[in-house]
Amino acid sequence: MTDTGTTIQTQEVTGGGRRKNAAASAAAREGRLRWLPLLPALVYVVLVTQVPFLLTIYYSLFNWNLLRPGNPEFAGVENYLNVAVDPSIRTALLNTVVLTLLAVGISVVLGVAIALLLNKEIFGKGILRTLMIGPFLVMPVAAALIWKDTLLNPIFGLVGYLLSPFGLGRVDWVSQFPMATIVTIEVWRWTPFMMLIALAGLQSQNLEVLEAAGVDGANSLQRLRYITLPFIRPFVELGALLGSLFIVQTFDSIFMTTQGGPGEATTNLPFLLYLVAFQGFDIGKASAIGVIAVILTMIVATLALRTLFTIFQVEARR
Amino acid sequence: MSRPLTVERPGLDRSKVAWSALAWLVALVFFFPVLWMMLEALKTEPQAASIPPTIVFMPTLAEFQDVLSRDFPPFFINSAIATLGSTLLVLLLGLPAAYALSIRPVGQARDVLFFFISTRFLPFAASLVPLYLLARDLQLLDNVFALIIIYTTINLPLGVWLLRSFLLELPNELFEAARVDGAGFWRELTSIVLPLITPGLAATALICLIFSWNEFFYAVNFTSSVAATSPIFLVGFISGRGLFYAKLAAAATLASLPVLAAGWIAQKQLIRGLTMGAVK
Repeated sequence: MTDTGTTIQTQEVTGGGRRKNAAASAAAREGRLRWLPLLPALVYVVLVTQVPFLLTIYYSLFNWNLLRPGNPEFAGVENYLNVAVDPSIRTALLNTVVLTLLAVGISVVLGVAIALLLNKEIFGKGILRTLMIGPFLVMPVAAALIWKDTLLNPIFGLVGYLLSPFGLGRVDWVSQFPMATIVTIEVWRWTPFMMLIALAGLQSQNLEVLEAAGVDGANSLQRLRYITLPFIRPFVELGALLGSLFIVQTFDSIFMTTQGGPGEATTNLPFLLYLVAFQGFDIGKASAIGVIAVILTMIVATLALRTLFTIFQVEARR
Repeated sequence: MSRPLTVERPGLDRSKVAWSALAWLVALVFFFPVLWMMLEALKTEPQAASIPPTIVFMPTLAEFQDVLSRDFPPFFINSAIATLGSTLLVLLLGLPAAYALSIRPVGQARDVLFFFISTRFLPFAASLVPLYLLARDLQLLDNVFALIIIYTTINLPLGVWLLRSFLLELPNELFEAARVDGAGFWRELTSIVLPLITPGLAATALICLIFSWNEFFYAVNFTSSVAATSPIFLVGFISGRGLFYAKLAAAATLASLPVLAAGWIAQKQLIRGLTMGAVK
């Protein structure tokens, strides 16, 4: 039912025999009134996200460093040209893509596998689920410290101790395999997230269909391949989508373990932005990076939103 | 009928045991770093950094006491203020907005919904520099108020979507009856929505808690000493190198505890909140 439909109906109930266009204008008025409860939130979000973004575009056209005296000078597209030829940007872009794809891909596979496991007839389901979501709830900064110092440290770390019989006792994981370290920490954190969503999908599955397939002679692998996995696919897509939107912004674990290094080995876009804006105080360049990041996100998000659109039920109720 | 059952039973049980063992193994591997953090926190410093690792030990709360009696509480309090303040704002702004996107939806409800969610996934690069300069000019750097504003922005889109998903579940008839009685927005909100929406408010508050309490990027760049939150306290341990593992673990445990506890208690709301209401 549409807005006007409902409104005209109420008009007829309350107003009796009013003229038609009076009802129509009242409906239009009601339509406008409906915006009122929405306005505070809408204005708030526009003020804190959209207006600053316009300013980011504006600043990106200036030569402006907070550490240098003097006023900002108009520089046109100079910042963009500098950014375009800056190898740091390309490295950061590549690192962002590698980190996001690996972390999302691995955590989706692990998350689905563990969800299938926890959906079986097993002992202590509730406790297992409770344990599994621990990594997602622990403060990322705290988790990164625990990983770096107490687990992966080459001298005092537990992992080195456990792996020493295999000759891997003195490996300095964080500096020798920095990207693998970050990916591991992010996979550890996001696998529970993927698992929760996949598990919710599995639990909403109609068991009768599975039983019927069993009666028809499908073995358990076939049932998994042709019934269960297609059924939970939208859930997994949703998890992967939300997960990548979060993982693309990874900052905490990089800051706490590698500081983007060694060299630029683990510098992703958010970390590069942090370096340019808060270590270099280069307002113009940081803004140009910001604008580029937004454009790239918009390209990815347009694809993502289309998926989101099919997954969510976004039609208004009445 | 009974014969196949007795044949299958022992087999089923054996596979149940095997799958259970595997599941427990996997879950413990994932949980281990969390467990290790808590165990290290209960050790003395030499025990925490010993090789081979100390497995059997007399637990002590000394490090917790040390962390709490010294500089940690102000950080914790700042986290609490930033989290509670922004959560309250999200609920205050979000519930009416969700109402206008579900109960009596505006014409462009779908566009507005997607506008909200697009702002959540805008990279923080988009608005970081202007917000920083604005905070600097308004003397709001190192002020919890700036964090409240930012965390509200981060959580409001999720809150609107989530609250809307709960409002859509309220039966139509309730509102139809109220409308016949001539109830307006405020009366509908206070007499129908609020009493029924408690689980929705709880789920929203939980998500706000998780994302605000654990937030680091803005905290580390917008605060220094006065308004610094719990994760900033942990930055002080960044070059630990075996010296303060027990203290580090105690601080990490304390900092993680509120979200861990809330998330574990409200597991049902967690999944719904994380997917903005799409998965129940």
